[in-house]
Amino acid sequence: MLYQIFIDPFVQMVDMPDFLLQVIWEGFVAGVLYALIALGFVLIFKASGVFNFAQGIMVVFAGLTLVGLHEAGVPAYLALVLAIGVMAVLAIAVERFVMRPLVNQPDIILLMSTIGMTYFLIGLGEFVFGGEPKKMITQELGLPTGSTEIEIGERGLVILQHIDIAAAVIAIIMVSALALFFNKTRIGRALRAVADDHQAAQSVGISLNQIWAIVWFAAGIVALATGIMWGARSDVSFALEIVALKALPVLILGGFTSIPGAIVGGLIIGIGEKIGEIYWGPLVGGGIESWLAYMIALVFLLFRPQGLFGERIIERV
Amino acid sequence: MRLRSLIAGGILAAMASTAALPAFAEDSVYVPLFSYRTGPFAGSGIPIANGMSDYLTMLNERDGGINGVKINIEECETGYDTQKGVECYEQVKAKNPLVISPYSTGITLQVIPKAGVDKIPVLSMAYGLSAAAVGNVFPWVFNPPATYWDGASAIVADIARREGGLESLKGKKIGYIYLDAGYGKEAIPLLEDFSKQYGFELTLYPVPGKEMQNQSSQWLNVRRDRPDYMIMWGWGAMNPTAVKEAVKIRYPMDKFYGVWWSGGNDDAAAGGEDAKGYRTLNFHGVGSDYPVIQDIKKYVVDAGKSQVDPAKFADNLYNRGVYNSMLIAEGIRRAQELSGKKVIDATDMRAGLENLNVDEARLKEMGMEGFAGALKLSCSDHSGHHQVYVVEWDGKDWQKSGEWFSPMTEVVRPMLEKAAEEYKTANAPWPERTEPCLSN
Repeated sequence: MLYQIFIDPFVQMVDMPDFLLQVIWEGFVAGVLYALIALGFVLIFKASGVFNFAQGIMVVFAGLTLVGLHEAGVPAYLALVLAIGVMAVLAIAVERFVMRPLVNQPDIILLMSTIGMTYFLIGLGEFVFGGEPKKMITQELGLPTGSTEIEIGERGLVILQHIDIAAAVIAIIMVSALALFFNKTRIGRALRAVADDHQAAQSVGISLNQIWAIVWFAAGIVALATGIMWGARSDVSFALEIVALKALPVLILGGFTSIPGAIVGGLIIGIGEKIGEIYWGPLVGGGIESWLAYMIALVFLLFRPQGLFGERIIERV
Repeated sequence: MRLRSLIAGGILAAMASTAALPAFAEDSVYVPLFSYRTGPFAGSGIPIANGMSDYLTMLNERDGGINGVKINIEECETGYDTQKGVECYEQVKAKNPLVISPYSTGITLQVIPKAGVDKIPVLSMAYGLSAAAVGNVFPWVFNPPATYWDGASAIVADIARREGGLESLKGKKIGYIYLDAGYGKEAIPLLEDFSKQYGFELTLYPVPGKEMQNQSSQWLNVRRDRPDYMIMWGWGAMNPTAVKEAVKIRYPMDKFYGVWWSGGNDDAAAGGEDAKGYRTLNFHGVGSDYPVIQDIKKYVVDAGKSQVDPAKFADNLYNRGVYNSMLIAEGIRRAQELSGKKVIDATDMRAGLENLNVDEARLKEMGMEGFAGALKLSCSDHSGHHQVYVVEWDGKDWQKSGEWFSPMTEVVRPMLEKAAEEYKTANAPWPERTEPCLSN
């Protein structure tokens, strides 16, 4: 038994290096997708201190809007623009009807309101688009399909799906753009000020309402990108909402307020859970992936309770 | 004051609307349909719900019900959630339902112990607890036309046929990827037993419900283990994702089998041309080339009384729903014959289902010739262990591959009887059958 736990997995890794590379690649791609979802959470948490429980359903809603519009006869790129527009309208509506009336309420009230929004968006999505899964319009959007095979040694083979490569590239672009936005633009700086202290930000003339609308819109765009990428891997269905909760261990690991934390956390969780499931999962009958991510996050928490990149909270008494 | 007026107004309006609800007509029977048009499994649930509802609606519209008795159809949304399903059961119980169709193995397992106490028959058509086929232990539960163990044995039989006989399975590797829930686990005991009997190596790949659309780990394991054949017990979003992942790892699709619940049109279409060769079991016809389906179109769909998307009318899972409701309707008809009553109750319905005899002549009369095979149940056999056939995805649609064939009933039946006894012991004191046997 000890051999199976401590030696055999590593022997397998050395024996089949191509397979190990494939596992790491798959973990990397899953990690990128987790990171994209986590990014949506981080954006809203940074600006308002709200854990946006609705981020998962926003991914589904954005993806369904895009595909639903295309099914209704709207050309793919126009549907993409309109879907972005819908996310903007959603952001404004959330700010106007949810956030604004709840200013200065305890965080738990805001959390509850995002849970309410989740159910509202599930109902709205099912009412408008129906409950059936929809096929993502990958080719229509000009996203690559197919795969590249890399031969390693005599029998080794690593298969890279083009859509996965595109997901990684899009994630990198989005993270860079968001980093620039936060650090280099006036709105970005205002957003950071709001994140630090609502009242102080308001006292220097920053509009809380405007900032919240912008940040929910940014989270909506991240949700749309995630919906497209994840939808291309399987389908756009309401089951994706549950997958989105995979971002939780990523956030625990990376910290709720750090964009780089979301990315690094996503990659650690993605690669860690794949390696765990493939090499150690069979020892306990498989299916460990769903809880392994939380175990990895908990181990990290033992050493860094604020997460890898989270801000250290020091309170004086 | 204004709020108080609003509340009072609301209560009055609610009372008025309740009073305006039509009472069930005297010559009517109540048939609740558990369905899931929402949630992660809606992709599979919607076509079935449409098929179930439309067939019964067609009988009401075309024939005025069954022998003049209208069928009151009411859907209860379970979201494929066991807890909600049990709530639905409790909710409809008070309305004297003739039969419960849980449409979920998880819900079925929960309501089986209740059925005998409440005296409500449970029809779990080709799903649920396989051992419930043993009518002498489970007098209130029915799982025609075949159990999951029949299905698993049929897939093994087809693999054996391709390999040159059951003895050729020795040394082969068979992988089983399944939804890690009551449904997916149901076939495991049979497959484990078969792996010992026939000498093949069985590897299990569970897919947690939360990870249905995130199966790359399972399929990486498949790539490493290289099983000779793969069998899938998937549902909802799990099916299309599995087909896509199998294509992705270049698994030979003609060696990938799904049970009858993994054969929705959208399931295989997810893999498109690359999924060519993927095969599943089936036990009824697909498409609209049957008089019964044409009648549904005429009386229900064209009349605007259906929720079905015209593009998905008469697809595989829609017709599955039709078959399910045909069993309900035939159970009612048989119960009417046996009891001599027009408006039957749940006890009569139990006897009706137990004495179900849908022969070729009756199928023809119903406009179902060629749609399904003859089916006969008895007091001891609540399943029928019906023949099945294999359908193969040609890149665009399902095509029948080969003829109808029987599951390995002679091997499966003793195993089911043993499992039924084990269930009885595990759930002691399980009531002895007291219900009269009218047939044999």
